[in-house]
Amino acid sequence: MPKTEEEKGFVEVINGRYKPRGKFHIIEANQPIFDKDTGKLAGVTNPRDMTYIHSYGGEAIFFESLGKGKLMATRCDNEKCETRGSIYQPFRIACPDCLRKMTVIDMTEKARKTAKIHSFIITHRSGAFNMLAKPIKFINVEFDDVVTILMSYLSVGEPEIGKRVVPIFRTKNPTYTITDLSFVVENTPESDLPEGFSY
Amino acid sequence: MIKFSEKQLKIPKLMRPVYLATVGMSKFDRAFPETRTEELCIDALTAAADFVKMTPSELKKYIHTCYYGHFADHFGDQLLGEAVIHDRLGLDPLGNIGVKTGGATGGSAMWEAIKAVASGYSDCALAMGWERMDEVPTDEGNHLISAAADKDWETPLGHIYTGYYAVMAQRYWKVFGKEEESFRKTMAEVAVKNRGYARMNPHAHGPMDITVQDVIDSPIVAHPLRVLDCCLMSVGSACGIVCDEKTAYEITDKPLRIYLGAGSHTLRVADRRDMKIPLLPNENKGQYDDLGKRFPGGDRYPGFSSFLAARVAAYYAYHMAGVVDPTEDLDLVELHDAFTISDIQTYEDIGIRPYGEGRDYIESGDAYVINPNTKKPGKLPSNPSGGLIGCMHAVGATGLMQIAEIGYHIWNRWDEIHEPIEKWKAFGREKPKDWTSLQVKGAKRALAISHAGVGSHVTCTILMDPNNLIKED
Repeated sequence: MPKTEEEKGFVEVINGRYKPRGKFHIIEANQPIFDKDTGKLAGVTNPRDMTYIHSYGGEAIFFESLGKGKLMATRCDNEKCETRGSIYQPFRIACPDCLRKMTVIDMTEKARKTAKIHSFIITHRSGAFNMLAKPIKFINVEFDDVVTILMSYLSVGEPEIGKRVVPIFRTKNPTYTITDLSFVVENTPESDLPEGFSY
Repeated sequence: MIKFSEKQLKIPKLMRPVYLATVGMSKFDRAFPETRTEELCIDALTAAADFVKMTPSELKKYIHTCYYGHFADHFGDQLLGEAVIHDRLGLDPLGNIGVKTGGATGGSAMWEAIKAVASGYSDCALAMGWERMDEVPTDEGNHLISAAADKDWETPLGHIYTGYYAVMAQRYWKVFGKEEESFRKTMAEVAVKNRGYARMNPHAHGPMDITVQDVIDSPIVAHPLRVLDCCLMSVGSACGIVCDEKTAYEITDKPLRIYLGAGSHTLRVADRRDMKIPLLPNENKGQYDDLGKRFPGGDRYPGFSSFLAARVAAYYAYHMAGVVDPTEDLDLVELHDAFTISDIQTYEDIGIRPYGEGRDYIESGDAYVINPNTKKPGKLPSNPSGGLIGCMHAVGATGLMQIAEIGYHIWNRWDEIHEPIEKWKAFGREKPKDWTSLQVKGAKRALAISHAGVGSHVTCTILMDPNNLIKED
């Protein structure tokens, strides 16, 4: 049973602190577990309904940009770093070699022009709390001049290693999670994109 | 391109030799609705005491520090579960610490215990591991496992760890397996072998007498992996006790030398950067120059098709112990067969076969206790315990079960642990009428790989009969 608007928990940052409002857990009594064969007590259930509060920190710009239709990455511009110029997608805050904060760059166009599938998997299974439609088509996406390979999911088309794909973004009612970014095979008409997504 | 410095590639040195004195393990099963975790841990420690003909109280008197491998706290809704077990084992007020490195947790717990003894801090240390994954509904369990991936970049994508892992299998299948039906069959042979070996193991939770076709016909999980290609999800406990030489010989007249190397790689496969293949002692410079030509798409190392952490762990351990060629120098291995395909990948990472040729280890028959092609003993039997596919994967205990199992072979006491009808009965399991000893005859040296998830942590443990060391101290 989904929570009503009044039952949902919200959090804001006020004066540098998290300020929760609304309900964050609904208490449910535990239940005994009996062995059906012997009738004897084996244990108890311990129901939990919890909400974690989590900072995106220096990655916040990446997740905020998805809702604006942009794919941000980072690049090490430290002249003294031996891997200077490396572009990272997944976006990472600090260079893994020199540990300097990297430059945030917009790689939306690069992704549109060069994204292709490195590997993929189609699964009909998911875990609790999954919000993606099944089957899920996981894809790993490589881009020209990017040293890493992004994991995402394909919303339209069939995955194949080497196939060109294009990023799409949940610009309507973004969730501010990685699910706001998805891919479709090249030349997918805009009308075929999932609800809320655009190129 | 990642480069390693000489300091990073320094061969680890133990300040004094370390010996494995005894090991023990509980029964493994999918669920224990009427047994607390501490009862399983007590079973494992009691088995370790029995093995050296001591009472638990006598054995405990030697222990100085304790290293506990328990990965998934959140499954049990119990932080500091290690303190609970430590108390229930009656080991207070000894110092203890919890170790968590995913699927490699058992191996990592042993790594910590070995270092404690090697440094002189302790003369005797306990490494014990356990896991409890049966006490949440399956879909919530899948979510909890997926929390071992990156919570912002991966977990929201389906909350299903298999998906993050299977993309690597897919890449290996396409690039190195070339999508060949013969390779699909070789993958299935791993499952047939390991589930078949598990039939001879009363501790095992997934024994099956199956065929290659059964594996290929089993329900699909994520192409190319099917249900019977995948490891078990188990509950249970295992332990090992390591000592300096003097203490080891006080506990037993036949302790085993133990070496361990550890490696790591990115939590997200997405973060892997390219590098040159680090070579093991049995490989030559330039050997892989044409790898991309022979296997188009295979030139990106480690890419999605190799486990760098396994290679680095083997690099350290082989040099520590003097192993040059694992197939020649060792008598058996216990590998982390989380999936049939990852088992094959590991053959290459640890140098049993060169990159691209892992399948030959199975196809040649070398990986069997009895080579099915020649009907003679296999050159380097793999996973006679049944492995993760046939015996168990109780995460924190797995690496320690593997170490225990290779130890039983070198001690030449495998039958004593796996044969007695009393044990089969006590575990409520039927001993097969065709029960066969899998004791690897004359085993003197063996290896166990403990591996986490997509390859974030790997340990490589080597055990040797002290009279058959390769390298002088």
